[in-house]
Amino acid sequence: MSTGYQIVVCGSIVPDPLQTLEPIETPAGPGLKNEMLLPAVLDPWAGHALYEAANIASRVPGSKVWLVSLGAKAKLQQVMMTIAQKVSFELLAIDGPASGFVDAHVVAAILAEAIGVIPDLDRSRLLLFGGWESASRGAGVTLQLIGEHLGILDQFQGVDQVNVQADGSLEILERIEGGRHQVSTCLGPPALLGWATGSLPEPRNNPQIGMVNMRTIMPALQRAKAAVLVQDGLRYRSVSPPKQQRQTRIVKDLSAEEVAREIVEWIAQK
Amino acid sequence: MNSAGCESSAAIERQQMAVDIACVGFGPAMGGFLTTLSRSLLNPDGTPRFESPTMPGAPLQVVCYERADGLGFGVSGVVTRARGIRASFPDLNPTQIPMAVPVKSEKLVYLLDPGKASRRSLTLRAADRFLRIFGKFVRFRNEAVELPYIPNFLQKHDGLVLSLGQFNQWVGEQLTSSGLVQIWPGMPTSEPLIENNGVSGVRLADQGTDLKGLPAEGFMFGMDVCAALTVVGDGPVGAVGRQLDAHFGLPKGHGIREWALGMKMVIELREDCSLEPGTVIHTFGFPEPEIFGFLYVHPNRLASVGIFVPSWFRSPVRTAYRTLQHFILHPYLWRHLKGGALKSWGAKSLQESGRHGEPFLAGNGFARIGEGSGSTNVLAGSGVDEAWTTGVHLAEGVIQLLEEKRPFTRENLEEVYVGRRRASWVDQESRVACDSRNGFPYGMISGLLGMALAGFSRGKLAIPARSKSVSKVGSSLEEIYAGRISTAELKRMEAEAIALNLPLHDLIMKRCGWPEIPLDGKLLVSQQDALLMGGSVQAPPGYANHVVFVRPEVCRNCEPKLCVEMCSGQAITRGEDGVPSFDREKCVFCGACLWNCQAETRGEPSNVDFRAGAGGLHSALN
Repeated sequence: MSTGYQIVVCGSIVPDPLQTLEPIETPAGPGLKNEMLLPAVLDPWAGHALYEAANIASRVPGSKVWLVSLGAKAKLQQVMMTIAQKVSFELLAIDGPASGFVDAHVVAAILAEAIGVIPDLDRSRLLLFGGWESASRGAGVTLQLIGEHLGILDQFQGVDQVNVQADGSLEILERIEGGRHQVSTCLGPPALLGWATGSLPEPRNNPQIGMVNMRTIMPALQRAKAAVLVQDGLRYRSVSPPKQQRQTRIVKDLSAEEVAREIVEWIAQK
Repeated sequence: MNSAGCESSAAIERQQMAVDIACVGFGPAMGGFLTTLSRSLLNPDGTPRFESPTMPGAPLQVVCYERADGLGFGVSGVVTRARGIRASFPDLNPTQIPMAVPVKSEKLVYLLDPGKASRRSLTLRAADRFLRIFGKFVRFRNEAVELPYIPNFLQKHDGLVLSLGQFNQWVGEQLTSSGLVQIWPGMPTSEPLIENNGVSGVRLADQGTDLKGLPAEGFMFGMDVCAALTVVGDGPVGAVGRQLDAHFGLPKGHGIREWALGMKMVIELREDCSLEPGTVIHTFGFPEPEIFGFLYVHPNRLASVGIFVPSWFRSPVRTAYRTLQHFILHPYLWRHLKGGALKSWGAKSLQESGRHGEPFLAGNGFARIGEGSGSTNVLAGSGVDEAWTTGVHLAEGVIQLLEEKRPFTRENLEEVYVGRRRASWVDQESRVACDSRNGFPYGMISGLLGMALAGFSRGKLAIPARSKSVSKVGSSLEEIYAGRISTAELKRMEAEAIALNLPLHDLIMKRCGWPEIPLDGKLLVSQQDALLMGGSVQAPPGYANHVVFVRPEVCRNCEPKLCVEMCSGQAITRGEDGVPSFDREKCVFCGACLWNCQAETRGEPSNVDFRAGAGGLHSALN
C-alpha cells in the first residue's frame, strides 16, 4: 500500500477582486453585474491550498493531488490555463455557480459527493485541503461541512503551515489572534486543512507541467456535469460590496513614517 | 536573440521541449491561425489526421504562448467588416460573443475646437470660421459637423462592433475546449532561436529573476521550445517579431515609419442615453487636428471611446490620457457620455506603416502573421479582420504542406502562405492603402486629401512621401509652438517640469488654453485612478523589467523626454540624474516608449529596449 498522501483540494474561481464588482439581483438570486465578462482568478485561499498540496506531494513519494472545482465551465477553463502551468494535479470539474451566494450546505454536499466517487481514492490517506473561508462569503463553513460529509474528524482551520514529521504525523500551525499560531500534531490522514495564506510563493510557470496537466484537464472539463443546486429557503435581503473610498495622491521621497502618518490622518477623517 | 538555437540549451541547464508548431502571441491573427488549423487536425473518426513527429502516435502538438495573464486582455477599438471572421464562422451569431453587435448606424464627424486651444493651421481656422458662420447650411451642431457622406473605403456599415478582449476570449474558449491546441497565457517569449539562418523555436523568458534580470529566488532559465514551425503573431512591439526584423532585416524599400498610440475607455452610459447598440461614430479634428477618434456602442449600455495619437503629430510633448479626456468632453460626445462611468481603459501601439512595414513573411521554420506582419489597412483604419485573415492563410498553407509531407522551408511557406496572402483581398486592399497617409506629415488637410486620392483612385494616385521616416522627423518645441509660446517661456516651462519632476505636457496644455479636467470620480478620473478602476495591471514577480534604457547618458541629456510624456500608464517617470525610471507595476505594454524615443530623431539607435515581459493590463472589456 502506498504511503503517499491522497490530497484533494477544493478550490474554485472568483471574479478578479481588482475589478470593479457591482452586485445586482438576478433571477437566480444575487450576482455581479456583467459577471461573465469579468476576468476570473483562482480563489486566492484555494490557491494557497493547492500550492501547499503540490509542495507536500512533491516531497512525499506516491502522493497525488486532485483539484475539485465547482464553477462555470467556461470560466474554469480560462483559469485552468494559468493554474495548470504551475503545479501537477488532476482536475475534477463540476459545472455550476461559483458566486459564493449558494447555500454552503448545498455546495458542501455537491463537493463531498464528487470527492466520494473519485476512483481509487484511498480515504485512509486522504488530506482534504481548501481555503478556510472559501465558497461561503468568508463565513468559513463550507470546508468544514465537506469534512463532516466525508467523516473526517481531524479538522484544522486558518492553517499557515504543515510539517510532515518523520513518524508520519503532521505538525499543523493554525492562525490565532495576535499574529500567533496554535501548533497541533495530528497522527496523520485522514485530516482536513482549511488554509489561510500558507507560506509558499506562487510557483513559477512550467510549460512541461502545463502540457502534462492539459492531457487530463480538458477531458475533465468536457466531462463536467452540471451541479443540481436546490436552494431551500435561503434568501438574501440585501447585498453590498465593501465600501471603497479611493483618493490618489502621487508623492515621491516621503519617508515610510510620513506616509503612515498621512494614511492614519486620512482614515481618521473618514 | 539566441543564434545557437536548441543545441546550446544543455550547456547552461536550460530545459528544452519539442513541439511541432510553436506560436507566439494570442491575438486575432493567432485566433485565425489556430481556429483554421485545429479544424483539420482530426479525421472524421476522431483519429489524428497528422501524426506528431515529436510525439509519435499523438496528434500534431501545437502550443501557443501569450504574455498577458489571460486570453482576453487585448486592447482595440474594433469596428470591423469581419469578412475574414465571418468566412471562418459562416453561421456567426454576434449575440454569442459578449459585447458584439452588428453596425446599425455609422457617422463620420468633423469636430471643431470649442475652446480654441488646439494647434490649428490658418486654413483650418478659416474653415472652422466658415462652418460656424454658415452652420445652419452644413448641419453644424454641438461644435461638430456630421459629414453627409462616408467614402466606401472607410465604411463599416455591414460590419460588427466588437470588444477585442471578449472576442479573443470567445475564440480562445473554443480552441482550448477542443483540446487540439494548447494556449498558455502568462508565458512571455523572449526571443526566437535562430539556427542556420532559420528559426528552430523560441526561448521563453527567464523566471525567478530580479528586476535587472539577474537570478533571484526560484530562478529558472526560460525553456527552449523547439519546433519545426514557429508562428510569430506577437503584434507590432513583440519581442520575437522585432528580433526577427533585426536579424533578417526588412525587404528592400520597406520600413516601419509610422506609428500611433491608440487609447480607449469602455464607458457605461447613463441609463437614459439615447445611443443605440451598433452606433459607430468616427471623428477627426479634435482634440488636435491630427487626432482621430471613435465612439462605438456595444450592447448593455457599454461604449468604447478612444483616440489615436499618431507619430506624425510631431509635438515632443504629445500625450494621450489627458487628450482622451478632452475628447470625451467635446460637446458632440459629452451630451452622450455625461453621467457615464469608466468600466475599463487601455492603450496599445498601432503599426501604421501597413504594407510598407511588412517584414519577410516567411523563412526557414517561421512565418509572420497579424499586425506585426504589416497586415493593417491604414486607409480603412482596419486591422483585426485583416490580421485574422492572415492567420487563416497561414493555416491553410500549413495544412497543405502537412498533407503533402513537405517541410516548413522558406520556399514552401512562401508558396503556400505568402502566395495565398498575395492573392487575397487583404493584400489587394493593402496595396491601395499603402501610400494613403503620405499627406499627413504635411498637415491634416493634405493628409485627408491624400487618403481621398488613394481611396478613390484605388491606390493609383497618392501624395508623394516625405523622404524620411515621419517619426524620425524631429520637431522642436519651438517649431511646434511657434507663434503661440515664446522660446524663452518654453525654456522656463521645461525647467519647471524638470524641477517639479513632472511631465511637460500638462504645463504646455494649460498654457495653450486647455481647461483643467473636471474630475468627477466616475468617468473623469486621474490617470492613476484609471489604472485602478479601468482594470488592473498585473506584474507577476520573478520577471525582469521589460523596458530598459540602454545608454543612460543618452537619456540624461534628452529633453523633453517623450517616453515620459507618452507613457500610457505613467510607468515611466523622470528618474534620478535625468534617466527615466520604469515601474513595471503600471506598465500596460502599450509599447509607446519604443517608438517615441527621441534618440532616433537624432539619427541614433533607439535607446529604449522593449523586451519580453509578463502581465499587463488585466481587463477583458477592451
